[in-house]
Amino acid sequence: MVQGGVWHDRLLMKTLTHPNQNGLKCKETQACDDATQKGSEPIVTSRQHRLESSKHVPVLIEVLLYLRSSIVILFGHLRDFLRAVGIGERKCTRGREKQKKHVQGPAVTFGQHRQEVFEKAPMHVAVLTYLGFGIVTLFGYFRDFLRAVGLEKRNIAQEREEQKDFVPLYQDFENFYTRNLYMRVRDNWNRPICSLPGPVLDLMERVSDDYNWTFRLTGRTIHNVINMGSYNYLGFAENNAEFLETVAEKTRRYGVGVCSTRQETGTLDIHVELEQQVANFLGVESSMVFGMGFATNSMNIPALVGKGCLILSDELNHTSLILGARLSGATIKVYKHNDMDHLERQLRESISSGQLRTHRPWRKILIMVEGIYSMEGSVVRLPELIALKKKYKVCLYLDEAHSIGAVGATGKGVTELFGVNPEDVDVMMGTFTKSFGAAGGYIAGKKDLVDYLRSRSHSAMYTSGMSPPIAEQILRAIKCITGQDGSEEGIRRIRQLAQNTRYFRAKVKEMGFIIYGNDDSPVVPILLYMPGKVVAFAREMLERKIAVVVVGFPATPLTEARARFCMSAAHTKDMLDEQHHARLDFSLENSKTIKLPNPTYAALGRRL
Amino acid sequence: MASGQQWVLVEMVQALYEEKEDLIEEWQPEPLAPILSTESSSMTYDVVTGPPSHKMLINGKQCINFASFNFLGVLDNERVKQKALSSLKKYGVGTCGPRGFYGTFDVHLELESRLAEFMKTEEAIIYSYGFATIASAIPAYSKRGDIIFVDEAACFSIQKGLQASRSFIKYFKHNDMDDLEKLLKEQELEDQKNPRKARVTRKFIVVEGLYINTADICPLPELVKLKYKYKVRIFLEESMSFGVLGEHGRGVTEHFGVNIEDIDLISANMENAVASIGGFCCGRSFVIDHQRLSGQGYCFSASLPPMLAAAAIEALNIMQENPDIFTVLREKCKSVYQALNGIPGLKLVGVQFAPALHLQLERSSGSLVSDMRLLRSIVDHCMERQVALTLARYLEKEERYLPPPRPLSSCFLTVPSGCAVLWAILFTWLHLDPVFSPSSLKAD
Repeated sequence: MVQGGVWHDRLLMKTLTHPNQNGLKCKETQACDDATQKGSEPIVTSRQHRLESSKHVPVLIEVLLYLRSSIVILFGHLRDFLRAVGIGERKCTRGREKQKKHVQGPAVTFGQHRQEVFEKAPMHVAVLTYLGFGIVTLFGYFRDFLRAVGLEKRNIAQEREEQKDFVPLYQDFENFYTRNLYMRVRDNWNRPICSLPGPVLDLMERVSDDYNWTFRLTGRTIHNVINMGSYNYLGFAENNAEFLETVAEKTRRYGVGVCSTRQETGTLDIHVELEQQVANFLGVESSMVFGMGFATNSMNIPALVGKGCLILSDELNHTSLILGARLSGATIKVYKHNDMDHLERQLRESISSGQLRTHRPWRKILIMVEGIYSMEGSVVRLPELIALKKKYKVCLYLDEAHSIGAVGATGKGVTELFGVNPEDVDVMMGTFTKSFGAAGGYIAGKKDLVDYLRSRSHSAMYTSGMSPPIAEQILRAIKCITGQDGSEEGIRRIRQLAQNTRYFRAKVKEMGFIIYGNDDSPVVPILLYMPGKVVAFAREMLERKIAVVVVGFPATPLTEARARFCMSAAHTKDMLDEQHHARLDFSLENSKTIKLPNPTYAALGRRL
Repeated sequence: MASGQQWVLVEMVQALYEEKEDLIEEWQPEPLAPILSTESSSMTYDVVTGPPSHKMLINGKQCINFASFNFLGVLDNERVKQKALSSLKKYGVGTCGPRGFYGTFDVHLELESRLAEFMKTEEAIIYSYGFATIASAIPAYSKRGDIIFVDEAACFSIQKGLQASRSFIKYFKHNDMDDLEKLLKEQELEDQKNPRKARVTRKFIVVEGLYINTADICPLPELVKLKYKYKVRIFLEESMSFGVLGEHGRGVTEHFGVNIEDIDLISANMENAVASIGGFCCGRSFVIDHQRLSGQGYCFSASLPPMLAAAAIEALNIMQENPDIFTVLREKCKSVYQALNGIPGLKLVGVQFAPALHLQLERSSGSLVSDMRLLRSIVDHCMERQVALTLARYLEKEERYLPPPRPLSSCFLTVPSGCAVLWAILFTWLHLDPVFSPSSLKAD
């Protein structure tokens, strides 16, 4: 309690003495000042030229900002008080406990599936998170008011003079969140890098002179930042010339483009080879590859289902699946994340009552799931799904964007993890962006299905074929994973990834963080809850040269903001253990102390 | 008495439950993938062995390529390949993440600023796939309740964008400005009836610069006039015209001399003239920047592999260094157009300077299937004579507007500016005027 108080005061002092700088990044700001003094030509970001720095904030606003800081501090004390009176940490699990009671029929043993715990936020944390958002929103309104009466400068790009009398392109409230909340913290996203996205990366240093409205690249590089953000699960994002020899050769031979659609003259021999290899790798009859992972979902689902069909979609499905479902014109019902009980109830209800209004029987029913959910790190409950699917004669669409290559003894994804037959999944979809370090996606399954897609897929008819060097990279990765290149490297990487995942998960748990997801999942979300803390975490980690991904509302529920770590096989034991992991531990420990005082540490630091 | 009623209720519930079970038992779904009739031959694709450059090996046969959209011959340009290779050396292949999460590379920023500079706009944004560009851009602005006026011949990616936006769609007849004005007037009257609603209803016109489905050009100056008259924003899709039309290859705006600021958003893919992968949107920052948070294909997809971005930058360099290539391309288009015009039985549609020409049957042979078969035989015939054309493919059920007014099909003939030598073959088999000599095409 006392310590907490001291901490606030120190921070407050800092804020008061450097009103124009943020407490966290004053070093950086100084650096940028140096740079400007030296007269070095800074690289200007695209927005810079039309906006001016807003360093001169009216006095009134200064006063108000201090006022706000003090309110925030008050809430910090309130939280300490709550802790003192002992509003205890309540923990509960969600989803998995009640399952067995209701699921009728499928008698599958779930031996392989480990417990997935979704620990709920302690009560006071939830309350404070809401409060944090409430305060920020209130001040957003207040600043909007100031902007309206002309006391605060409008930094946002303006409509063209000639078009002022058009209907506004954006509704004012649509941009409220962007303008007042996201803008304050947006330095944590879209950080530009200038190296390969391997286990370590080089970040381009950028600073903002106007509270994130614009960024300026200083021209300096932050070297060797540990990369915990990229989906480089098997470490195929690499630039070793020897490994990439075949890719280079294909570039020399084919060039980089295709300049035609698959159905016209955009099917190259390398695509045929790749499709064969993908089908073999997955253990299914046939496959088809597409140039973009997102489009694989959004362009193929409409070819499979349409009007009079039903899609049962997990609530946490990726946007591309949702878009595809929406474009298909099918009825969409959403079931609770990984809740087989809820799914079965919906299935029974839907089949017995038929289509809405007309009550005709459904033409097709498709369950859409992901292998590993990228924000939760949870693994789909495949054996139960397959049992349900067989019982009710419905179809299953499995998106393995994050799981293919990343789980399973030989990297074949969730089907291998659970030991189910890949033929039982009707549509196997996945992307090459993640484990394979390339781009694009595939759909695999029975020959009939793939042939049907070849003639009906929107993607086959209207989009460019896959770039040949990209296709070669995927071929190279598959050959490595399956050992066709005659080495053990692929298997070694898969094992390394599994080892890193377990090690890291155990370590983080040990430190007392709340994490989500399956023990096998290389996606590790660490729950941070409060908006201010999320931002502080990301910035502090960057100070310690670790690049992490943080996400908050609206990408997650309001109270479940989190940081996400993606494991990679390229984070070698040596690297992790000897230096990086030590540093990681250190920073994790530190951020733990940071998170103690109050939820809006960053808010203070950043002057909100 | 009371217990009797209760018993009836239980029985009813029991009956309902059993009925439900029966219904579930009875339900027979259609197969997920219907068995295709043998007629739909598209299951087997033509396979190109080796690079699809000017000469290509298609189904094992050496042909001159009149089928790829490689308008400027950039695809097998050595400089582009070298740039891609040096990028490969530095960055590897994939980006392993979306733009937001460490997937923004310096190459992307460079490409964006180069595109903006090339098009003379404030800002540009790149997507990792051409199709996703306009399909994501439209729903980023137009929401439920808004109104989009769109040319009925608009390409498929525009149609998907419209569908995703859930806006109110009004189609006007292809390139018919009177029809468009009629619709706009109707809307104006509607707006006067309900001014409160009109104040928040955004209105857009979505057109293509050079229509891929008809090979003709949109009347942009008239569109701009209508834009200011009725206060509607214009979105322009330029995939076929970017790097083709205009003195510097800037597309339709340059072709007509329209101020690019008058167009609210221009989108194009980098898969045709630029011969890489991906697409971009450009315009004023006020408009474009919004997509960085609202463009689904931008936010939720992995970013463009750096080597492809590097190749696109080099292609832009080539386009900027020698603007002559656009003149050469246009001349070639014109001569091919003239040469192909007037073949008995076939109709050539589109404008003279279109780099992709459509050959259609003059008279339909009765059904779409037999038309397709006839056209396919023409394509095969050409292929035997070492000329690769392609059959334009459409999803009949999904397309709103099947290219020719009467449902016929068309062959694509694209004009690559790079190749000049072996044109004679095409023209001799088409029994063409010898005045059109291949030497007149030897510009580069």
